[in-house]
Amino acid sequence: MPQVTYIEPGGATRTLTLAAGTSVMRGAVDAGVDGIEAQCGGNCACATCHCYVQDPWLDKLPPPSDDETLMLTNVAAERRPNSRLSCQLIVEPGLDGLSVRFPDRQS
Amino acid sequence: MVDSQAPILIVGAGQAGVQIAETLRQEGYTGDLLLIGNEVHPPYQRPPLSKKWLLEPGALSALSLRGADALVRRRIELKLDTEVTAIDRAASRLRFANGEQLAYSKLALATGALARALALPGASLGQVLSLRSIADSGAISAALRRCATEGRPVVVIGGGFIGLEVAASARKLGAAVTVLEGLPRLMSRVTAPIVSEAFERVHRAHGVELVFNAQVTQLRGSAGCVESVCTADGREYAAGCVVVGIGVVPDDRLAAAAGLACDRGILVDECARTSDPSIAAAGDCTARRLADGRLLRLESVQNAVEQAKSAAVALLGRERPFRAAPWFWSDQYDIKLQMVGLSHGYDQVVTRGDVQKPAFSAFYFQAGRLIAVDSLSRVQDHMQSKRLLDHGLSPTPEQAADPLFDLQSLLREAKPATADGA
Repeated sequence: MPQVTYIEPGGATRTLTLAAGTSVMRGAVDAGVDGIEAQCGGNCACATCHCYVQDPWLDKLPPPSDDETLMLTNVAAERRPNSRLSCQLIVEPGLDGLSVRFPDRQS
Repeated sequence: MVDSQAPILIVGAGQAGVQIAETLRQEGYTGDLLLIGNEVHPPYQRPPLSKKWLLEPGALSALSLRGADALVRRRIELKLDTEVTAIDRAASRLRFANGEQLAYSKLALATGALARALALPGASLGQVLSLRSIADSGAISAALRRCATEGRPVVVIGGGFIGLEVAASARKLGAAVTVLEGLPRLMSRVTAPIVSEAFERVHRAHGVELVFNAQVTQLRGSAGCVESVCTADGREYAAGCVVVGIGVVPDDRLAAAAGLACDRGILVDECARTSDPSIAAAGDCTARRLADGRLLRLESVQNAVEQAKSAAVALLGRERPFRAAPWFWSDQYDIKLQMVGLSHGYDQVVTRGDVQKPAFSAFYFQAGRLIAVDSLSRVQDHMQSKRLLDHGLSPTPEQAADPLFDLQSLLREAKPATADGA
């Protein structure tokens, strides 16, 4: 099963093994990774699961949907080119080793 | 008598309760922390219960708010399936239904809300259902499927969010649906007519029968099971099941019995403090006193989360007022409805986008200032409006209605101000 490394706002890292098909948000929420709120529970409605995808993973992810792109326009923390909503990132075998960082604020 | 070594107790293990616990840890509280829930399930999200979950009830873990690992990591102890019967404020203790008692150093109430019951003859018949818990959602999902299979109609009482989300789900499952609404339009308490009308068109296009000004008088049945709903105009609507979605009642029973100030909800200030300095409250169970004296009752995830953060900070003796613009969402068919601000008291509405499709936003103004925006499948409008309202910024009605005007430009001009507590 793929592993995902999370970098918390304070800099601590946590690596979790997640079942394929799990969202990066769900993995973080279940394990209690700091720096994520996920208020809407994964519906792409709140933008409080914002993450920065670390190198070299950005280009390996499916591109954001129109809704995700629009939600990203007004995230609470700084939007960067590697900003994504973690509820929209689904773990699969090809993403083994994926790493994301959570910003210091989500709302 | 407060035992400062006693744990902080949180009554209610829903969205607000969990957030209070987490924020206490994030803010440096290191003492014991106990989250007490009256359901058997660990903390779960409620919004999907009237949406996806009705279509495909799945593994409970998919609804989980925080995994067991998350709670262990934060040293949040869970006490489930536990009914609190009283708050003994003089002794700073909670009493439980099994006779047990627990002392608290501080107490947080996140007792949520109860589905408003239909006070009419026949309301207690079988297959008259309301929605609040996982169990309720499972029962409604099964009833909608059974109605679809047996070719019997579903009657929904109430054309608000829950009723309409259930109606949309029932149609997706193939059941015939009638929505009985007591007022002249859908969601009339929270939206402008132009938004109600858009939802009317969409529900009708999906085959939902909408009946307005319907005064339900009784439910009839046989063998203990509902079979029809009668209205004051003499009509009788056959029903294989009835879903009642007529709002919620804040659950302030424990607080009221303990003498805390309540007014259809536990009264709290902007920092989620109750009338007892040892007790904070957050979420659906509260009525918040605003700076201008008005009382605000909100039932939403954001309200639960943000009030919970305030409540946790308040228990630690600091202030974190919650003043961000309220926001809310609802999914019906393919429409993503996102609302921000409070439209009550508006004197002007302008629209942006395609009203017929529908893919538009309704911008509500009061004396020329933006107070709220409802967006139907207009995610960008919603996100930008949220920021505008949080920053106290307003486009003119003309700018809001002009699709070529860039709302973001107002934010750029206003930077670098940041919204406090947003």
